[in-house]
Amino acid sequence: MNHAHGPKRRINRLSWLIGGAQGSGVDSAANVFARACAHGGLYVLGQREYYSNIMGEHSYYQVRVSDKPVKAIRHRADLLVSFDAETVFVHACDVSPNGGIVYDVKLETTPLDRVPTLDARFREDMRRFLEKQGVGLTLKDLLSVVAQGGVRLYPIPYDDLLQRLAEELQQPLSRVKRAVNTLAVAASTALLQYGVEWIEKALEEVFRGKARVVASNVRAAELAYDYVARTFEDDFPCRLEPVETQEARIFLTGTQAVALGKILAGCSVQTYYPISPATDESVFLESHPSIRLRNGEEGALLVLQTEDETAAIDLAIGAAIAGARAATSTSGPGFSLMVEGLGFAVINEVPVVITLYQRGSPSTGMPTRTEQGDLRFVLHAGHGEGPRIVLASGDLEEAFYDEVRAFNWAERYQVPVIHLLDKALASTSETRPLYDTHGVKVERGKLLFEEDLPGASEDGAIRRFRFTDDGISPRTLPGTEGGIFWLTSDEHDEWGHITEDPVVRTRMMEKRMQKLETAAREIPREEKLNVFGGPEAEAVILSWGSSKGAIVEAMELLEAEGFPLKFVQVRLLCPFPAEEIAQELEGAERIVAIENNFSGQLAALVREKTGIAADHLLVKYNGRPMTVEEVYEGIKRCLTEGEEAPRKVVLTHGR
Amino acid sequence: MAVDVQRYKTDVHNNWCPGCGDYGILNAIQMTLSQMELPPHRVALFSGIGCSAKTVHYVKTYGVHTLHGRVLPFATGAKLANPELTVIAVGGDGDGLGIGAGHFVHAGRRNVDLTYLIYDNGVYGLTKGQASPTLRLGVQTKSLPQPNVNQGVNPLLLALSAGYTFIARGYAFDIPHLIGVIRRAIEHKGSAFIDVLQPCPTYNDLLTKDWFGGLDRKDEQGRPVPRVYKLEEDGYDPYVRPGMGEDEIQEKQVRFLQKAMEWGDRIPIGVLWVNETVDTYEDRLEERIPSYRGARPALRPLADPKGRPLVDLTELFEELRVL
Repeated sequence: MNHAHGPKRRINRLSWLIGGAQGSGVDSAANVFARACAHGGLYVLGQREYYSNIMGEHSYYQVRVSDKPVKAIRHRADLLVSFDAETVFVHACDVSPNGGIVYDVKLETTPLDRVPTLDARFREDMRRFLEKQGVGLTLKDLLSVVAQGGVRLYPIPYDDLLQRLAEELQQPLSRVKRAVNTLAVAASTALLQYGVEWIEKALEEVFRGKARVVASNVRAAELAYDYVARTFEDDFPCRLEPVETQEARIFLTGTQAVALGKILAGCSVQTYYPISPATDESVFLESHPSIRLRNGEEGALLVLQTEDETAAIDLAIGAAIAGARAATSTSGPGFSLMVEGLGFAVINEVPVVITLYQRGSPSTGMPTRTEQGDLRFVLHAGHGEGPRIVLASGDLEEAFYDEVRAFNWAERYQVPVIHLLDKALASTSETRPLYDTHGVKVERGKLLFEEDLPGASEDGAIRRFRFTDDGISPRTLPGTEGGIFWLTSDEHDEWGHITEDPVVRTRMMEKRMQKLETAAREIPREEKLNVFGGPEAEAVILSWGSSKGAIVEAMELLEAEGFPLKFVQVRLLCPFPAEEIAQELEGAERIVAIENNFSGQLAALVREKTGIAADHLLVKYNGRPMTVEEVYEGIKRCLTEGEEAPRKVVLTHGR
Repeated sequence: MAVDVQRYKTDVHNNWCPGCGDYGILNAIQMTLSQMELPPHRVALFSGIGCSAKTVHYVKTYGVHTLHGRVLPFATGAKLANPELTVIAVGGDGDGLGIGAGHFVHAGRRNVDLTYLIYDNGVYGLTKGQASPTLRLGVQTKSLPQPNVNQGVNPLLLALSAGYTFIARGYAFDIPHLIGVIRRAIEHKGSAFIDVLQPCPTYNDLLTKDWFGGLDRKDEQGRPVPRVYKLEEDGYDPYVRPGMGEDEIQEKQVRFLQKAMEWGDRIPIGVLWVNETVDTYEDRLEERIPSYRGARPALRPLADPKGRPLVDLTELFEELRVL
């Protein structure tokens, strides 16, 4: 091919999107594409969007590819890959002006009202849009509109290619039809001039152990690749090229990052009740029931599915009392039920970890969509007042190390620790270097074993809630001779026996709350918050959790345009690092808070604890994660319009 | 040779009502532990919420007084984390069969090796005598403004359908018999359930010690004719053993049903069901996870002397490797 005559090409910077009906192989197709890129030394970040449904509803998968690490998804797709009509209707308008659409040629005549799974609101908006454009209501009409805007069209005769595949493999057509997703992926890589061998390698990985499936999909890939190369030669202005690297990399999801952190921390009991989007983590753990240890032995990891979430947290607490590093994973509705058990862990000072993947709420809300709506809830969950530690991760890097931190803090401060994540992080997949575990420590706090007990033990028992300066009392494990203790959900004395004595009550409240002060004193500043950007910045971005990626990328774009920014990412939410945050915010000319919720929960918290109010709120509550573009535009609007910019800007990207 | 029963007692002031059946159960638990010579530190006693749940504070073993209805999940978590512990759970019938009914059923499905005693008195004592799940339809105990509008649940039948592999009934005022039942329950491998008839002298004026003892009906010699009788003296055989035929098991089930439903003039106590054909949950876990036997989750070493995690992630990284 003669590139000299082709258009100016963008190399190794791509936003790719594939869609289709749930159950039709969208996930595996995206997985194949992402892995194909990853094997070629490229960095990949994927985000999966899907309905709370098994078959038929529209799901899609965005993949960003680059030769540098990618932190967030973009709204615009450079290449839209489809094999059904709905995907084109839903996403065609989001394709970049210079981008392209791969689609099934036979679907061109599909009218808008023949796609039953389209949401009524969307169908109506699309109808108005097409009518305004003065065109008809078929897929072809929509494609003609976007093509006028510069989008390239790549109609693929999937049926012909499948027919050929069936003939070559001597299999019935119905049997090879499932390979249509592979045809679509291969067609897109052909446009990107990325070698078919990478697809083949990825197919072998995704369909490992199913030799016949691999073989037919490999052949499908070759057919599509040939067709595209012959038909649309050297046409697409974006290309992927393998990059040489010596770096070892893994490809994993957010739930897997958390699971790895749990395993490294020595978690040996995980309980759960099935709930989106938390369950994947438990399923991954359950498929690794025996953990290799450095001393050559194996450690058991029990994953216990319980009858409900009250049982899930109570089982974990029971295991933690016995001495296991125990955790449970859930989402908002499950956590609502766990609040009762949380209170028990608070008053009995039990180290238990709760991994909470936030999702669209309230009530059942949007089970498979994201939100950062539970911050206020977890801070105050439970009747009365009591200590807990709350930390929130911003990406898969933090998710892993934070999970280890959660276990260490749980044992050091003898409190329940809530690790906040969300659906967006759960369903993010990315390539990254292997986690460096060298600096990781296991800290078990004031845990006494039999050899520590002579002297500490009185008559075979210990004062489990002994008053101490830091609020933390020495703890034993059942089975320890001389270490007998009592726990009770009632208020108790130092021995753990029920009391209603006003003096003991006062001291016991103070003892429990003292632990938060101890934790606030001991936890290093850099684990409480991340600060990005220089001190010369006049405007400060304030945020937490999964919005981090889009903010960091948007900042890079804005800095390149001459808007230097500082970004304060709050990671420890309880005990709240009010002083540290205030120091970072002081003197800021403009503060923009960015959150994936309705009210700007962190911003309100900062105002409550520091008296400093954000000037602008960029919020999003449509259930979709933040995109780089909308965060960029939102911040820029606040910076350029200043006082004129609205106090609250609602971000709306996402399909 | 029993261990001195005093070793299992605490000096915490007991604030149950005088004459409460709970005293009998407490004594029976302490005496069983002493007779079995179980070292106090090897035992973990769990309770729910209510009068009965205070039991743990009066027994010198590891004691965990949990939440209303939740005793079984807590006890299950501890036992699975450290199967070397002898785990006993106690609670009232409101606790275990009202708010905790779901957990009661699912614990039976698992068959974890633990013992669960329900102090069954038909009322919510600590909240002053409301009707509890075992109180029968139409019965009006003294705090009830109206006769009970719900049917009573039969804990024994529920236990069988849930899958408990040891089901018994005890009586709080027959301590020697209760000790025997608790001992067999602890020795049983699997989930053992004991429904203990426990008169509440303050709020249940119908199911009283006198009523169970038959003081209202005398024989020709003027001696009371107790309602409670012992299955063991009746030649009842509760065992379902490996190798038994379907017919034989079915016959056992029918006899269980008859005994479990017998009430009024004759109320059986003793062991009604012992199924030795079902693996414990721990056995099933060990089969799946060989390392579970050697490295109990609660006792697994986590770090080397320098505090570095003992876990080696190399294999997991390898599984996720793309480059």
